[in-house]
Amino acid sequence: MSARERVAGTVANYVDERTGAAAYLKKNLQKVFPDHWSFMLGEIALYSFVILLLSGTFLTFWFDPSMRTVVYEGSYQPLKEVEMSAAYASALHISFDVRGGLLMRQIHHWAALIFMAAIVVHLLRVFFTGAFRKPREFNWLLGIGLLTLGIVEGFLGYSLPDDLLSGTGLRIAQAIIQALPVVGTYISFFAFGGAFPGEVFIPRIYTAHILLIPGIFLALITVHLMLVWYQKHTQYPGPGRTEKNVVGYPLMPTYMAKAGGFFFIVFGVTAFLGAVASINPIWLYGPYTPGQVSAGSQPDWYMGWLDGLVRMAPPLETHAFGHTISWNILLPGLIIPGILFTGMALYPFIESWITGDKREHHLLDRPRNVPNRTALGAMALTFTLIALINGGNDIIATHFDLTINQIMWFSRIGIIVLPPLAFVITKRICLSLQRADRELVLHGKETGRLVMLPSGEFIEIHEELSEAKKYTLTQHEQPKAIELVTADAGGVLNPKGIRAKLQARFSAANAENIAKPTAAEVKELESGHH
Amino acid sequence: MKFLSKYRRHKFAAPLLLMTALAALGFTYSVATAAPASNSMSASAKSTLISEGQTIFLKGCSSCHGLNSEGGAVAPSLIGVGAASVDFQVGTGRMPMQDMSQQAMRKAPLYNEEEVAALAAYVASLAPGPASLTNEEITWERDGNTADGGELFRNNCAMCHNFAGQGGALTQGKYAPTLMGVEPKHIYEALITGPQAMPVFSDKVVTPEEKLSIIKWIKAAESEPNLGGASLGRVGPVTEGLLIWTVGIGLLIGIAVWLTAKAR
Repeated sequence: MSARERVAGTVANYVDERTGAAAYLKKNLQKVFPDHWSFMLGEIALYSFVILLLSGTFLTFWFDPSMRTVVYEGSYQPLKEVEMSAAYASALHISFDVRGGLLMRQIHHWAALIFMAAIVVHLLRVFFTGAFRKPREFNWLLGIGLLTLGIVEGFLGYSLPDDLLSGTGLRIAQAIIQALPVVGTYISFFAFGGAFPGEVFIPRIYTAHILLIPGIFLALITVHLMLVWYQKHTQYPGPGRTEKNVVGYPLMPTYMAKAGGFFFIVFGVTAFLGAVASINPIWLYGPYTPGQVSAGSQPDWYMGWLDGLVRMAPPLETHAFGHTISWNILLPGLIIPGILFTGMALYPFIESWITGDKREHHLLDRPRNVPNRTALGAMALTFTLIALINGGNDIIATHFDLTINQIMWFSRIGIIVLPPLAFVITKRICLSLQRADRELVLHGKETGRLVMLPSGEFIEIHEELSEAKKYTLTQHEQPKAIELVTADAGGVLNPKGIRAKLQARFSAANAENIAKPTAAEVKELESGHH
Repeated sequence: MKFLSKYRRHKFAAPLLLMTALAALGFTYSVATAAPASNSMSASAKSTLISEGQTIFLKGCSSCHGLNSEGGAVAPSLIGVGAASVDFQVGTGRMPMQDMSQQAMRKAPLYNEEEVAALAAYVASLAPGPASLTNEEITWERDGNTADGGELFRNNCAMCHNFAGQGGALTQGKYAPTLMGVEPKHIYEALITGPQAMPVFSDKVVTPEEKLSIIKWIKAAESEPNLGGASLGRVGPVTEGLLIWTVGIGLLIGIAVWLTAKAR
C-alpha cells in the first residue's frame, strides 16, 4: 500500500466512522440502471435546470426588479435617454455593460427552452411506453406538476425584463385572468395591485420566479428522482428482463461517467447556442408601455399552443346579469387547457380502469403493441401541434406567402377534424406493425436471395430470427376485452350500469390487436421448414 | 436722427418710404423663394416633362387607372394623389403591379429615375398633391434623433412593421413590408401618402422632424450588427422555438443515442 493510499484510507475511515456512509454508498453506488437513449431525456431536463439555476443566479446579481422610472444612460445608443423601468434598464445593463452578461442571459433563455422541450419529449417517452402504469402513477402526476410549473416559471421569466414583448405577454395573461367569470377582475386587481400594469407586478413575479417556484421545483424534482430510485427504473422488454429485475449497468462507474459527461454536453450545447444565436433581443423591443405593441408578438414555444388557441377562438361573448363572459378568451385560455391537463393527469387511472389491470408494470410497452394508447397520444399531439402552428400564424403568413385568415380557418377546422383522423391512422399503423412483427416471427427476415429449385420454382430465402429477437417481439401480453355483465345469474342488474357498459366498450377497443404468434404456431412452422 | 426728423414732412418723404417698403418686400420675397426658384425649370421644359409622363402613363398605367387617370374597377383615381405617391409606388417597383394580388409588392423598379420623374410630373399636373422628394431633402442624419425615432416607431409603426422593422402580416393576405433597405425618401413619401394598407401620417400627427427621427431609427436598426449572434430573422420567439426543436433538442437526443450505443 502506497503512502497516498494509506492517507486516503485514513480519511475515508475517519468520515465513515462518523457518518456510516460506506455501507450506504456501497449499496447505492452499485444500483443498476438500464441503458437506452430514451431514458436520458429526463436527464436533459434535469441538467438544463441546473444550468438555469447557475445562470439565473448570475443574472440576479445585476437585475433590479423595480418599476421605478429611470432615464437610460447605458451604452446602447438607440435607447439613450429614453424613459424606462429600472427592471428594463438593468436588463439592458446586463446585456451591454456586464462582462459576459449577454452570454449569460442568452444561456439562461436557451436553457429554459431546452428545459421545457426536454420535459415534453420525456413525457412523450413515458406516455408512449406506458411507464406511467402502476406503481408510477404518482411520478406521472409529479411530472405533470413539473410541466405546468415550468410553463408558469418560463412565462414569468419572459415577463421580467419589462420590454415591449414581455409587457404584451403580461397584458394577454391579464386578459385571461379577467376572463374568469365574476372573480376575474378582482383577481386581476389583486395580482397587479390595481390597474394594469401598475408598479407592483414586476417585484412580485421576481420573487416567484427566483425563489418560490425554483424552490417548489427543487422539492418536486427531488421527490421525482427519489421515486425513480425507490421504484427502480423501467426497462424495455428483452431476454432476461423481467418484472422483477433490472438489467443494465451500475451507477458507479458507468452512469457516473455517462451522466456526468452528459451534463457537460448539455451545458456545452446550451452555451454554444447562447454564444452563436440571439434570443430575446430586448434592446430591439424597447421598453414596455401599454400603448405600444409590435407585430409578431409571440410567447415562447411552450406557451405558443395557448396563444394559438386564443388566436383561433371565434368572437363569442355573452352578457348576463350585468356580467360579460368572454368565451373567446375563457374557452381557449382556461377551459380547453384545463381539460387537456386534467385529462393528461388522470390518464394512468383512466387506462387502468379501462383495462382492469391493477398489477405492477416494470417492463415497458412497445408503442405498437398498445394501439389505442399510442393513437390517443398521436391525437393529443396533433391537437397541440395545430394550436402551436396557429400561434405563429402571422410569421407563417409572411414567410410562406399565405394569409392569416387561411391559416386561422385551417386551424379552426383542422383542430376538430385532424386529431380524430390522427387517431384512426395511428391505430391502423400500429396494427400494421403488429402484423409485420407476426410475419417476421413466423417467417423470418427476407434476405433478398432468390433460389431456383430443381423443379424450376423460385423461392426467396427467409432468414429465421434469433431466439432473443423472437422473444422480444412476442413477450408482451395482449389484453382481453372485459365481458359486459348486464345482469347476474339471478337476473339482478349490474349495479354499475352505464359505467360497466362504457368500460366494456373502451376495453373492447383497447383489446383490438393482431394476434401475436403462439408457441404452437412457431413450432409448427419450424417443423415444416426443416 | 436730426436728419430724419428734419425731412419727415418733406413732400418726397412718403413716396420714398413707399418705394423703400416695396423694394424691401420684393427683395425679401425673392430671397425667400430663391431655393425652389433655382431648382425650378422653365415652363417649356416642365410641359415637355409632363407630356413625356403622359406618354408613359398612357402606355403603362392607363389600362387600369384610365386614360385620364380617373380610375376604374380595379385601380383608384390618381387625380390629386401627388408626385410623392407616384415616386413611392413606381420608384419602389410596386407599380405597375405584378399581379392582382391583395397588395402590390416591392420589386426592382420598371422605370428609371427620369421616367418616374416624368410620370410624377404628369400626375402632379392633374391636381395638386404632396410633392415628391429627393434623398438629399431628407436630412435624417442631421436632424433626426434615434432614441426619439425609436419611441415614435414603437408608438406608430411597430404594430404592423414589427419591433425591428422586419414587417408583419395583416388580414386577408395584406402585409406591412420590411423596412430594411428602403430609401429614406420612399419612407418619407410612404408616411405622407399612406400607400396600400398604410394610414397617412400627416405633419400634424407626426411632424416633419419626427419623421426624420423615425427614418434615423430605421436606418440605425438596419445597420445595427446582430449583437447576440445569429439574428434568427428578428421576428420574435417563433424562430427561437424552431431552432430549439430542431438543432437544440435534436443535437441532444443524437448525443444521447451515441452515449447509449452498444460497443460493436
